[in-house]
Amino acid sequence: MIVERPRDLRLKKIAAHGFMIAFLALILFPFFMIVSISFREGNFATGSLWPENPTLEHWYLAFGLDYTRADGTVVSPPYPVLLWMWNSIKIGLIASVGVLALSTISAYAFSRIRIRGKQGMLDGLFLIQMFPTTLALVAIFAIFDALGEVSPALGINSHAALILVYLSQITLHIWTIKGYFDSVDTALDKAAEIDGASPWQTFRYIFLPLAVPIMAVVFVLTFIGVINDYPIASVLIRSEDQMTLAVGSRLYLNEFKYLWGDFAAAAILSGLPITVVFLIAQRYLVSGLSEGAVKG
Amino acid sequence: MTTVDAGLGPTDTPTEPRPWLRLGLVAVIGMAMLYGAFFLYQIAQPLFGAILLAVATGFVVIFGANRFYGARFIFPGVAAVLVFIAFPVAYTIWLGFTNYSSFNLLSYERTIEVLTSRGTVDPDTEQPFAVARDGDGYRIWLPESELLSEPVLLTAEEETVTLAPGAVPLELLSPRDAIALRSGLQSLTLTTPDEIDLRNAGLRSFASVTPDFVRSGENELTRSSDGLKLIANHETGFFETPDGEAVPPGWRVGVGFDNFERIFESKGVRGPMLSIFLWTFAFAGLSVLGVFTVGLTLAVILQWEHLRFKTLYRILLILPYAVPGFISILVFRGLFNQNFGEINLILDALFGLRPSWFTDGNLARTMILFVNIWLGYPYMMLLAMGFLQAVPQDHKKAAALEGASSLRVFFTITLPQIIPPFLPLLIAAFAFNFNNLVLILLLTRGGPDIPGTVIPAGETDILASFTYRLAFQDSGQQFGLAGAITLLIFLVVAAISYANFVAMRRAAAKRSGR
Repeated sequence: MIVERPRDLRLKKIAAHGFMIAFLALILFPFFMIVSISFREGNFATGSLWPENPTLEHWYLAFGLDYTRADGTVVSPPYPVLLWMWNSIKIGLIASVGVLALSTISAYAFSRIRIRGKQGMLDGLFLIQMFPTTLALVAIFAIFDALGEVSPALGINSHAALILVYLSQITLHIWTIKGYFDSVDTALDKAAEIDGASPWQTFRYIFLPLAVPIMAVVFVLTFIGVINDYPIASVLIRSEDQMTLAVGSRLYLNEFKYLWGDFAAAAILSGLPITVVFLIAQRYLVSGLSEGAVKG
Repeated sequence: MTTVDAGLGPTDTPTEPRPWLRLGLVAVIGMAMLYGAFFLYQIAQPLFGAILLAVATGFVVIFGANRFYGARFIFPGVAAVLVFIAFPVAYTIWLGFTNYSSFNLLSYERTIEVLTSRGTVDPDTEQPFAVARDGDGYRIWLPESELLSEPVLLTAEEETVTLAPGAVPLELLSPRDAIALRSGLQSLTLTTPDEIDLRNAGLRSFASVTPDFVRSGENELTRSSDGLKLIANHETGFFETPDGEAVPPGWRVGVGFDNFERIFESKGVRGPMLSIFLWTFAFAGLSVLGVFTVGLTLAVILQWEHLRFKTLYRILLILPYAVPGFISILVFRGLFNQNFGEINLILDALFGLRPSWFTDGNLARTMILFVNIWLGYPYMMLLAMGFLQAVPQDHKKAAALEGASSLRVFFTITLPQIIPPFLPLLIAAFAFNFNNLVLILLLTRGGPDIPGTVIPAGETDILASFTYRLAFQDSGQQFGLAGAITLLIFLVVAAISYANFVAMRRAAAKRSGR
């Protein structure tokens, strides 16, 4: 690989590009398909992979608009996709802000403040962060079922309940941000201390501004994590108008009401923004991810 | 590491400008939480009350006393971890020792309320009604017997009013508005001039209702139809007749290790459990192996110095990772659909094959692994690219000069160097897939079902999805049994988690030792 003959090299190059192109064709096939399906007539495979009579019907429906077919029949949107999107974004933003606030301050404490039993707490945290919240689903259901009797705003089918559960993502991110704070030179806080800053001021005026990049990473990761959650939302949310995208989208592929074409348009519409955000942020995300979080 | 020393005493605590403001705030918030705890206790939620009380105490002590200055930073995070993770986990395990299910759903008090509120409607007295507005309240009009009630408020509290002959009120509410007042109507008793009590017996009628059960003692109900005394059995969580017949609904009681006995002793449960257990390990292991191999291979090719269009390839290769997982999984669910899916359309056109991806166990498993590798390889690829960069070039050069082939260089020089830092991440990926509920629930829901089992169990079910199905789908909400299985999953995850802990420590020690 270091010293190579030109002929071998050319062959190797062709092989490498050939492999890449074949692999990409396989991997990207679903994306081509879903775009094609979203413009195809009807909700079933028609025997051709390319839409013969392209139609915007599914796209109208995905945007929540009625569509009038050529024969005059009016089709109404089957599900409120935009409302689901709004629910997902709202829950995602609030939960991410909460997670960010809690995990940043805890990470600072674990990195810099001397307190008895810290190592024990850190080890405990590391072990706990491997337990996914979805394992406690039964308890989560029971707890919010009971809390619902106190106040429906905190019970089953409320967004507040869902956001509270998503706050449990902090364990992962305390770890991520702590790793970042640990790499900050201690001379900085020494200097602040000599100038008379309290630990809170050190945190507020020195660490917080420094942490903006990693906080952005944690924010995006939490947001994506929340948007992608299916199990918790499916247990806590019952009515159609409260659903998040992940729970709602599943309704499209019900065996008795199979809306493949409508799903395709809705999936692209809702998936595109998140995909774009992810691609823009990916370079920063990966460094944060390798600190401990796993997505796939 | 030098740390800010802030936990030792008042001398180290920085002076704050307005201590009274903080103390005032702490007092107000503390009082609010105490009131909340008291309220929860009053409405029979002592457990939540106790938790709120504990949080309130911790809050007041740590934010009130100066000597705990350092702990103020840790408190929010630790409290959140305890309340949002440790408590639900402990609660799940506790539920594993109860008979909580759709048959034993309620508390004891609620069970009695439900049973005593049941009644038999006397059809002779049943008659339609209408509601008329009367100032702030309402009057009930019974057109068949031409009786009109005294004004009532129709709040949810119990009310008893008398009926008297009267004329049709002018303003009758529409049936829809009357239904909206349902909760008030249900707690209303109307007394006719003949001293018969009429109660709401449906959406549209009032009738004389005889309660089916009357509470006749501390742990005793009397059944009106035959006068039998039902005794509360706190072992099974049901009211039982003298000959042992249980009257549903029941309430939640502790059942010790019964759920675990069912898992290990009952044949109909043990059989599918074992196969699900094995598949869970196989699924997680093969997934990690698959994503690691594919990801590493791609990373090695992408690292090759002579390759052009690297950035383009890289962006296209991570696309599966960038799309929200639930959307990709559902897309595959549609593409793989046996009858309407594009994959079978192509396979049929090319080879005349229509594999039954969702009804054949092995094909379903293959499909799941394929989709999971599709979803997961970009992450491994990105990680591998980072780790590959850290391998010193001169090691590889030296080996190449000695005449080693590139494959040999890879397996003897590169791989051994990237495995140790990779290991914790691989273990974490294993743990993640071990509980990869989203994939299974959205793709197959565990199906196809294993034939001949007492409880619904599928060929592609992993332990977590099996538990989910037991608790939340078509099998009588067996929360207790689900909790017991969750405890078993916890044990496995704890072992994995500990292994990861050790691997992480080792990797860290190696790094600092270098």
